[in-house]
Amino acid sequence: MSKVASVLSLEDPPWPPSVDEFFPPGLFGVEWLTKFMLMVWLAIALIIIFFLVAYRNPKIVPGRMQWLAESIYGFTRDSIAKEVIGHEGVRFAPYLTTLLVFIAITNVFALIPLLQISPNSHIAFPVMLALITYILYLYWGVKAHGAWGYIKTSLFPPNVPWPMYVLLTPIEFVMVFLMRPFTLSLRLFANMFAGHMMLLVFTLGGFALLNAESLFIKPLSILSWGMTVLLTLFETLVALLQAYVFVLLTSSYLQSSLAEEH
Amino acid sequence: MRGSLAAVGYGLAAIGPGIGVGLVFAAYIQSVARQPETAGLNRPNLFLGMAVIEALALFGIAFGFLWQD
Repeated sequence: MSKVASVLSLEDPPWPPSVDEFFPPGLFGVEWLTKFMLMVWLAIALIIIFFLVAYRNPKIVPGRMQWLAESIYGFTRDSIAKEVIGHEGVRFAPYLTTLLVFIAITNVFALIPLLQISPNSHIAFPVMLALITYILYLYWGVKAHGAWGYIKTSLFPPNVPWPMYVLLTPIEFVMVFLMRPFTLSLRLFANMFAGHMMLLVFTLGGFALLNAESLFIKPLSILSWGMTVLLTLFETLVALLQAYVFVLLTSSYLQSSLAEEH
Repeated sequence: MRGSLAAVGYGLAAIGPGIGVGLVFAAYIQSVARQPETAGLNRPNLFLGMAVIEALALFGIAFGFLWQD
């Protein structure tokens, strides 16, 4: 059930909101069957059905759905894959499009009534997505340069006086092999987590103000709920932007794996 | 007074990334104002720079909750 709807029926809303809000109990008494799992299944089903239906009967003059599917794919291929990776980026376009659409849909779940929370506000989901990207760019790096060649190009930047490698190589190692997947997953997670937390603070804060004893504090709850409306609009922007940023960083990492000499 | 010192800590942690993101967007706006045709060319760089800097502020959020007792 949605948080807000369950709060509406309560006499005294829980305040302040805590991390426990992110762990709803399992549905139908089954512990592993959580809301998040159902949402991920829903997202996958939506993507598969949408692209299958949109492209089942392709026409030269595209219909509305075909146009939408083609512009999503065209956007990822032309202004992310080709722009960042270069001409050979086209082969990654299907993966990048799937990633973009999946993250965008799961993020937008945070704003849909009754769902109201994004699966990406649990670290496990972004970690899996980042792991796929991590393995993908390591694989293509090794494939393009060979194992030693990839380590050499990523840890020893050319045109540097050799004593600098004492400083540069550890930094590059931490950056390329540790921080990249870590920040990639944490960025998506923290954005969705903080977004949900902010909406909770202002929604529940409105109730907390309404329940205040002083008559002069009660009207302030309108202000708090007004902030909720504004923040919901802001969250829409963040949800779509984070999907774009995740895909952009993935293709930027792939580009640095494939680059000849950087 | 009651409350968590983590809130104050996060406020401090957000100063640096706040300035950083501001600088990135300022540079982008300036470059577009000077050469409007580079708007599309620089947009991926804008978001790459923003994403890298923003990560620092997001560490603050995550660790604030991670290390609460």
